[in-house]
Amino acid sequence: MSNKDAYWNKTRNHMIVTLVLWAFFSLVIFMFGSELNTMSFLGYPLAYYMTAQGSLLAFVVMLFWTANKQEKIDEEHGYSEREED
Amino acid sequence: MFKGNFIQNLPKIYGTYTGGFFIFIILMAIAEQAGVSAKNIGVMFVAFTVLIYAMIGYLSRTIQVDAYYVAGRQVPTVFNGMATAADWMSGASFVALAGGVYFGGYTYMAFLVGWTGGYVLVATLMAPYLRKFGCYTVPDFIGTRYGGNLVRACSVFVLFIASFTYVTAQINATGTIASRALGIPFEAGVWVGLISILICSMLGGMRAVTWTQVAQYIVLIVAYLIPVFWISNKVGGGVFPHLMLGDEVARLGELEQQFGLVKNSAADMKAAGVPGGLKYISGSHSGVPEGGMAVWKYLSLAICMMVGTASLPHILMRYFTTPTVRAARKSVAWSLFFIFLLYSSAPMLATLSKLALMDPNLPTGIIGKSISDVQSIEWVQRWSEVKQVFIADFNGDGILQLNEWFMRGDVVVLATPEVAGLPFVISGLVFAGGMAAAMSTADGLVLAISNALSHDIYYKIIDPKADTAKRLLVARVLLVLIGAAGAYIASFRLTSILGSVAWAFDFAMSGLFFPLVLGVWWKRATRAGAIAGIMSGILSGLFYLLWVYPKFSVPIFGGVNTPFLGIDHLRFGMIGAPVCLVVMVVVSLMTKEPDAATQKMVDDTRIPTGKAILGKQH
Repeated sequence: MSNKDAYWNKTRNHMIVTLVLWAFFSLVIFMFGSELNTMSFLGYPLAYYMTAQGSLLAFVVMLFWTANKQEKIDEEHGYSEREED
Repeated sequence: MFKGNFIQNLPKIYGTYTGGFFIFIILMAIAEQAGVSAKNIGVMFVAFTVLIYAMIGYLSRTIQVDAYYVAGRQVPTVFNGMATAADWMSGASFVALAGGVYFGGYTYMAFLVGWTGGYVLVATLMAPYLRKFGCYTVPDFIGTRYGGNLVRACSVFVLFIASFTYVTAQINATGTIASRALGIPFEAGVWVGLISILICSMLGGMRAVTWTQVAQYIVLIVAYLIPVFWISNKVGGGVFPHLMLGDEVARLGELEQQFGLVKNSAADMKAAGVPGGLKYISGSHSGVPEGGMAVWKYLSLAICMMVGTASLPHILMRYFTTPTVRAARKSVAWSLFFIFLLYSSAPMLATLSKLALMDPNLPTGIIGKSISDVQSIEWVQRWSEVKQVFIADFNGDGILQLNEWFMRGDVVVLATPEVAGLPFVISGLVFAGGMAAAMSTADGLVLAISNALSHDIYYKIIDPKADTAKRLLVARVLLVLIGAAGAYIASFRLTSILGSVAWAFDFAMSGLFFPLVLGVWWKRATRAGAIAGIMSGILSGLFYLLWVYPKFSVPIFGGVNTPFLGIDHLRFGMIGAPVCLVVMVVVSLMTKEPDAATQKMVDDTRIPTGKAILGKQH
């Protein structure tokens, strides 16, 4: 397998992992809203907390993580850009 | 100021700007103490900030094509994040989001998840690849990847429908805020708003819009967060409301039990003369509605908003301005961080202001009090006069029940500082913030439309030999025309017919999401597939909207249709996008696979290094 293909395979797998996490925080947990709401976090009902703040925060953290991980994949395969600014 | 090492100086420039803005706020507070009227403070807040944006717009003027279309591709990561956040958060986000949570509770907050989760799709599926491609506009990518003028024109068509739906609502919001803050009629406010928007974008295109959007983000976030923290501390919500409102949310649950969540009949509301657009609380704040349909409605709304976010051209084009592919990825993360600051505060503001009105133990509480007492409160009188709040004593007992108190969603943001007894300088600040939010989004949208028309239709299709001066002249003329058309429609208040900003998301997702994603992720996608997908997606979505939305279906189909599987007019992308996907895949497989040159182009798009597909100047 060429370097290009190996790079793209890794990138694609990374994309899938990210989208699974994304689906978990945006869709899966809200399928169980009423069950989650019986639990509490910081004194908030859990489903309420997740939709008001928790999932939003998870997306922010996820984006920084995913960008850093992708940069590592770039470096491994020699596709890292030099900063031009 | 805007020459030489301007980019290195950015933190200093915007640091000074932020400091200057705080000094201005303090001066206004002093002026209020010295007896300057509330109205004049509002005027000064709006006039001062708009003047600053206009100055930035003028200083960023340019005669270069790549500066005009993509800000010269030198916008640093964090600043592009701020600009995107301002581009994203519309007047509606600023003034209506907290109100939406206030009335809709848990169910409404599907919007919050949708409008943030979409950025994960932008970062993983789109932004880095579009940046590598080197396109000026979103149709530029589709037109080059699939090849041909027809597919380019189809994508411009979708872009136009989605963005124009959105921009009229923004110009409308700019006009509303300008008219309230400056004390002029709405129609005049719309044109004042338009002129402010054009000054920021006309001379410098994307470059000017970028640097004004950064300035607008700073104003809008300061204007949103100061009141939230201040009110929280004032009403005992805690120093840091985001982490400390658990008891307040629980208390709201108790109060809902105590007062009861009653649904008014449409006939009762009509008989009492409740003005249009006013709402009352009928859903639980934190409770999750029972049943599979409620879960589906939540999820389908979130999906539409997320996928729509990842297809809106005015957002995607912000990531064309970063220096590198890597910076584009990081910039998406920063954008969402800056958006998160406001979005996570909206539910807190809603909780605080809801409690302030509902809790009879608080001095500000009005529910459960006698109606004549409530009607004598100063802020209730003032907002009643302009038909923003309304009281209807349905049961005739002289006591204000929860279902008898009507209010427009905007009032939550615009009046809460007043209700909680904050000085007027805060209300002036909120006006400036709302104006910044509406202007920044309108700027981005007007530019997205006029750039697509000038670059993709005029330059790429009509006159490929046009020189730089002519291209930029056409771009500017179109910008003014699009803005004026938006303002013209807004000034007739036709926006109530045009419906919700959610439609823009549904249109974009119906026609653009899969052509963009598959263009990068599926080499087999062909031109014929893309054309068929775009047109079937947008037309099926549009047709479903006409069929399901009563204001359209009554004249066209002669009746009200029951939404299919609960997919109402806010969610019609759930029809358009799947149609687009299926048609695009089937037609692509039926046609000959793309030639070697196109396949190589896709390969190159996937790798961050190396030359862009489209050159620096094209």
